[in-house]
Amino acid sequence: MSFWIYRAAASKLIASTIGAPAREIAQWASHGICRTAGLLAFQANHSSTSIFAPEGTPARSIFGLSMFVLGICAAIFLIVSGLLLFTLIRFRHRDGDSEREPAQIYGSNQVELSWTVIPVLIIVVLFLATARVIFITEQARKPAAALDVVVIGHQYWWEYRYPKLGIVTANELHVPVSDAAHPTPTYLTMSSADTDHSFWVPELAGKMDVIPNKVNTMWIDPDKPGLYLGQCAQYCGTQHAKMLIRVYADSPADFAAWVAGQQHPAIQSPGASEGMAVFQRNACVNCHTISGTAAQGTFGPDLSHLASRATIASGSVPLTQDNLHAFIDDPAHFKPGALMPAMHLSDHDLDAVTQYLMTLR
Amino acid sequence: MVTHTPVTSIANSSAAARKHGGAFDVLQEWITTVDHKKIGLMYIGYALIFLVIAGIEALLMRVQLAVPNNTFVSPQTFNRLFTMHGTTMVFFVGMPILFGFGNYLIPLMIGARDMAFPRLNAFSFWISALGGVLLYFSYFAGSGLYGAGTAPDVGWFAYAPLTARVFSPGHSTDYWTLSVLLSGIGSIGTALNIVATTLCMRCPGMKLSRMPLLVWLYFVTSCIAFIAISPLTAAQIMLLIDRYLGGHFFDTQAGGSAVLWMHFFWIFGHPEVYILVLPAFAFANEIIPVFSRKAIFGYPAMVAATIGIGFISMGVWAHHMFTVGLGPNANAFFTLATMVIAVPTGIKIFNWLATLWGGNIHFTTPMIFAIGFLFQFLIAGLTGVMLSASPFDWQLGNSYFVVAHFHYVLVGAILFMIFSAFYYWYPKMTGHMMSEKLGKWHFWLFVIGFHLTFDFMHIPGILGMPRRVYTYEADRGWAIWNMIVSSGAIFQTIATLIFVYNLVWSYFKGPEAGADPWDAWTLEWSTSSPPPSYNFAKTPTVESRRPLWDLKHPEDPDANYE
Amino acid sequence: MSTAVAISHPASEEWKQPSRGIVGMACLIVAESAIFIIFVVAYIFYMGKSLSGPTPHDVLDLPIFSTICLLSSSITVHFAVHELRAGKIGRSSWWLAGTVLLGGIFIASTAREWYELIYRHGLTIRTNLFGTTFYSLVGLHASHVIAGLIMLGIALIFSLKGKVNSSHADRLEVLSIYWHFVDAVWVVVFTVVYVLGR
Ligand code: HEA
Ligand code: HEA
Ligand code: HEC
Ligand code: CUA
Ligand SMILES: [Cu+2]
Repeated sequence: MSFWIYRAAASKLIASTIGAPAREIAQWASHGICRTAGLLAFQANHSSTSIFAPEGTPARSIFGLSMFVLGICAAIFLIVSGLLLFTLIRFRHRDGDSEREPAQIYGSNQVELSWTVIPVLIIVVLFLATARVIFITEQARKPAAALDVVVIGHQYWWEYRYPKLGIVTANELHVPVSDAAHPTPTYLTMSSADTDHSFWVPELAGKMDVIPNKVNTMWIDPDKPGLYLGQCAQYCGTQHAKMLIRVYADSPADFAAWVAGQQHPAIQSPGASEGMAVFQRNACVNCHTISGTAAQGTFGPDLSHLASRATIASGSVPLTQDNLHAFIDDPAHFKPGALMPAMHLSDHDLDAVTQYLMTLR
Repeated sequence: MVTHTPVTSIANSSAAARKHGGAFDVLQEWITTVDHKKIGLMYIGYALIFLVIAGIEALLMRVQLAVPNNTFVSPQTFNRLFTMHGTTMVFFVGMPILFGFGNYLIPLMIGARDMAFPRLNAFSFWISALGGVLLYFSYFAGSGLYGAGTAPDVGWFAYAPLTARVFSPGHSTDYWTLSVLLSGIGSIGTALNIVATTLCMRCPGMKLSRMPLLVWLYFVTSCIAFIAISPLTAAQIMLLIDRYLGGHFFDTQAGGSAVLWMHFFWIFGHPEVYILVLPAFAFANEIIPVFSRKAIFGYPAMVAATIGIGFISMGVWAHHMFTVGLGPNANAFFTLATMVIAVPTGIKIFNWLATLWGGNIHFTTPMIFAIGFLFQFLIAGLTGVMLSASPFDWQLGNSYFVVAHFHYVLVGAILFMIFSAFYYWYPKMTGHMMSEKLGKWHFWLFVIGFHLTFDFMHIPGILGMPRRVYTYEADRGWAIWNMIVSSGAIFQTIATLIFVYNLVWSYFKGPEAGADPWDAWTLEWSTSSPPPSYNFAKTPTVESRRPLWDLKHPEDPDANYE
Repeated sequence: MSTAVAISHPASEEWKQPSRGIVGMACLIVAESAIFIIFVVAYIFYMGKSLSGPTPHDVLDLPIFSTICLLSSSITVHFAVHELRAGKIGRSSWWLAGTVLLGGIFIASTAREWYELIYRHGLTIRTNLFGTTFYSLVGLHASHVIAGLIMLGIALIFSLKGKVNSSHADRLEVLSIYWHFVDAVWVVVFTVVYVLGR
C-alpha cells in the first residue's frame, strides 16, 4: 500500500508550517502510525469497511488528514506520557527518605507560558490542515459527467432513485467506476422518509446524515470496480443494526448493462402468473411497487427487479429462494422489528409469490 | 506520615453524643435532613446503586456483542439497554456522585456551617432521586395501554423525530423526558446552591483567591450547569408540548426540524461532559498535591484554565454534528473552537505534571487512581482532538471509536477520579480508613479491565463498526475485538465488587482514621472524622490557601508566597 | 491545642460577602434566561416556516396597553421596596397593590388575546408551527408573570396583615429583581413576536 505517500504529504504540510524539528517528530510518529494503520487495513481486507483502506477521493483525502492528526497526537502522547512516567519514577517516595517536605514551588510564569504557547501553535497547524480537507471535500466542483442519485432513508432500508435514468431501486446502489482522467463521480442527494439515518461507506467517503426535511449531498468516486460495504450510522430505530449498504462500482460497460436492465419494465413471465396474482390480490401492493403492474406502493422497497439483487432485507440476507420464502412468511425471522408485517399467506400462495418474485430480474 | 496527626479534634466523638433511636427514627432523620453532609452521602449512595444497575446493563450489552449474530437479547431489549445505560450513567451516576462529593466537601473546605440554602439542597436531592426512580419505573409502566412495560429506546440523546408519537408510541419516551427534566431541575438547584455557598458562606479570610481549587472548580462547574442544563430543560418542555399537546417543534411532517433538537441537545450535551469532568479535575487538584507533598503548581493558571474551559465549552457543541451537513464554514468553525479547548486542558495536565515534579510521591490508593486518571485522560483528550478534525469525524463519528473516546473520559478519567476521591475522603466521612490492600486489588483489576475493554474498542470503530447495533455480521473482522472488549468487562465487574466490599468492610473493620490521616492541608481535615453536624466548633479563619500547612509549618507559612 | 482556635485569627479587616438572596436570584435569572433564549431561538427559527395559516400578520395585534401596564409595574414594585426600606409599610402596601393590579391587567389581556385567537381565528397550539411556538413562548412568559403575581400577592397579604416590617426589605427586593426580569423578558418577547415576527 502507498502509505508512504501520505506520510510524505503529511510531513510536507508540517514542513511548510512549522519547519524541521517538528517535521522529524511527525515523520517518525506517522511512520509508526502508518504501519499500525497498515496492519489494521490488512486485517480489514476481507471485511472491507476499514476507514484506513480508502478507495475513492473523499476517503483518501480524509485518510491523509487522519494520518497527520494521528501522528501529531501520537507524538504528543509519547512526549507527555514519557515525561509523566519519568517524573513518577524519579520522584517516588523511597523508604529511606527523610520525612521533611520537599521544596514547595508555587508556579512559574515562564514555564507556564511555554506550555500555553506550544499547544496553541500545534492547534493552528492542525486546524489549517483540517480546514483544507473540509473545503476540498465539501466544495469540490461537480463535473458535467457526474451521475445523480437520490438517496432516501427509510426505517431499515434504502431507496435509490436515478432521476435522469428513470430508475428506482432499493438497498443496492450501482455506480460507475471513476477514473482520474475522466472522473465520473456520483453525487448523492439525500433525505429521509421517517427518522434520521446516516449513509456511511467507509472506503468511499465519510458519512453524511440522512435527515427528514433536510436535503444533504455528498459525492463518491470509487476507483476500483467491486462491492463496497457500509451501513446506516445513525440510530434510527429497532433494526438500525440491519440497515446495511451495498455499493457496486461497475465498469462503464457493466454499468450501462445494469442501467438497461433496470429500465425495462418488470418481466412478466407466463410461468409465474399465479404468483403475480397472489401478489396483486394481497396487501403487498399497498407497500411495494412492481413496475408495469398495479402494485405502486412506496412504503416498502421497489421490487421491480428484485431478483437482480444479491440480497434482501437491506443487505442483511442473501437472496435465495429459501431465504425469500422465509422472509415473506415472517420478516421478523431475519429482522425482528422490521416494518413489513407477516402476511400469513397459505403455503401454496407463499410458494407461488416467492417463485414469481424470483423471476423479477 | 499516615499517623502523623497534629490536629486534634475539637468535638471529640460527636457520634457518642448523638442519641440513637429505632430504625424508624434513623430513617426519618435521613429523609428530613437538611444537613449538607447527610445529603451528600445520600447523593453518593444513590449514585452507587445506579452505577451497579447501569453497569449490569453494560454487562448485558457486552454479552450480546461478544460474538457475532448473537441472540442473547432481542434488538428491542438491546436498544433499551444502551438508552438506559447512557441516561443512567450520565444523569443518575455522574451528576449525583459529583454533586454528592461537592455537597459534602464544599462547606467543610470553606469553613462554613452548611450550604447557603439547606432546604433547597434537600429538595434538589429528592427531586433528582425521583427522576431516577421514574426512569426505571418505565420498565413497569412505560408502554401505557400497549401491553407490558417498556423502557425508553431512543438513545441518550433522543434525536428527533424518533421521539415523536408516531415513532415512539406508548409512554416510555415520556418517562425518559420527565426523568431527565426532573434531574435537570435538581441539578440546577444544587448548582445554584453551590454558587451561592462559595460566594456567600466563606469563613473569614477565605478570599476567592484562597479557596481550595476543588471549590473553584465546583464553582465553575455550577456556573456551566445552570447555563447549560436550562436549554435541555427548555428542549424537554418542547418535546412534552409535542407529545402531549400536539405541538410541532420537532415534528418533521409539519415543517418542524430534526436538526433544531440536535442543536438544543448538544448545547446542553457538550458542556455537560465538562460538568462531569471538572469535578474529577477538582479531586485531582486536591489529591495529587497532598501525595506529592507539594503545593499545587500554578494555582492562578489552574483557575484561569478552568474558567477558560467553561467559556469555550459553550461554543463547541456542533462538533457532535459534523455529519449533519452544516456546511464547510460551520464545520471549520467548530473544529477550531473544539481544538482550542486542548490549550486550557493542556495547561492543567502540565501543571499536574509540574506538581509531581520534584515532589515526594506516595503511591497510596487514592494516588494511584489519580495517576491512572492522568494517563487515561491524556489519551482520551487526544482521541477527542482526532474527532474534532471534522473530516476525520466524518469517518469516526457514531462509530465505536467515539464510544471508546468517551468511555476513556467517563470511565478512565472520571470514574477513576471518583474512586480516588472515595479512598481519599472516606476516612473523613466515616472515621475509618479503607483497606489499602483491597484498594490495590481494586485498582489493578480495574486498570486491566479498563484497558482490555476500552483500548480495544477503538479498533472496531476504525474497521467501520457503528455504535448502537445489537449485532453484527461475522465476516467483518470485528468479532475478535469485540470478544476482547467484552472480556475486559469481567475484570471491571470483579474490581467493582471488591470496591463495594471494601466500602462495607472498612465501615466496620477499617482502622481508625483520626482527623487528618493524610497529613493534608485543607480545612476539612481540621475537624473530627466524621465531622460533627455543626462542622466547626468555632468558625475558622484562614490566611492562605493551605491553612493546615501554615499551622504545621509556622516557620514558613504559605501566605508568604501568595 | 484546639484547631479552631489555632487557626482562627482576630479578624483584622471586616469580612463582607454578598447576600445569599441576591446571588441565588441572580443565578436563577441566568438559568431562566437560558430557557427563554432557547424558546426565543425556536420562535425565530420557525418564523415564516409554517406550512399552513394563519400567519402572525393575519391574527396578531400589538398589545400596547398591556405592555405599558407590565412595564410600569416595574416602577411600582421599585417604590414598594423603597418605601418598605424607609419603614413606610402603608405606602409600600399601596405600591404593591398597584403592582399586582398592573400585572393582573397584563394577564387578563393575554387571556383575552388567546381567547380571540382560539375562537375567532382558530389558532391553537396544534394548528401550525406559528401556533406551537407562539403559545409556548408567550405562555412560558405568562406563567412566569403568574408565578410572580402569586408571590407579590402573598407579600401584599402579609403586608396588609401587618406582618411586614422594614427588615423584610431585602426579601422584597429579591422578589422585585425577579419581577424586573420578567418585565425585561417581555421586552424581548414583544420585540420578537409582535415586531419582528409580524
Ligand atoms: C467528560 C467527558 C468528556 C470530555 C472531557 C471530552 C473531551 C473532549 N472531547 Fe469528547 N465526548 C464525550 C465526552 C467527553 N469528551 C462524550 C460523552 C461524547 C459522545 C456523546 C455521544 O455521542 O453519545 C463525546 C464526543 C466527542 C466528539 C463527537 C464525536 C461524534 O459523535 O462524532 C468530539 C468531536 O470533536 C469530541 C471531542 C472532544 C475534545 C476535543 C475534547 C477535549 O476537551 C480534550 C482536551 C484534552 C486534551 C487534548 C489532552 C491534554 C492536552 C495536552 C496534553 C496539550 C497538548 C495537546 C494538543 C495541542 C492537541 N468528543
Ligand atoms: C459515566 C458514564 C459511563 C460509564 C461509567 C460507562 C461504563 C461502561 N460502559 Fe458505557 N456508555 C455511556 C456512559 C458510561 N458507560 C454512555 C453515555 C453511552 C451512550 C449511550 C447511547 O448510545 O445512548 C454508553 C454506551 C456504551 C456502549 C455502546 C452501546 C452501543 O452503542 O450499542 C457500550 C458497549 O460496550 C458500553 C459499555 C460500557 C462498559 C463495559 C462500562 C463499564 O466500565 C462498566 C463497569 C461497571 C460494572 C461492570 C458494574 C459492576 C457491576 C456490579 C458490581 C454488579 C455485579 C453483579 C452482577 C454481575 C449480578 N457503554
Ligand atoms: C405494511 C407494508 C408492507 C406490506 C403489506 C408488505 N411489505 Fe414487503 N416490505 C415492507 C418493508 C417496510 C420492507 C423493508 C424491510 C426491511 O428491510 O427493513 C419490505 C421488504 C420486502 C422484501 C425485501 C425487499 C428487499 O429488497 O430487501 C420483499 C421481497 C417483500 N417485502 C415482499 C412482500 C410481499 C410478497 C408482500 C405481500 C405478501 C409484502 N412484501 C407486503 C413493507 C411491506
Ligand atoms: Cu437507519 Cu440507522
Ligand atoms: Cu462534545
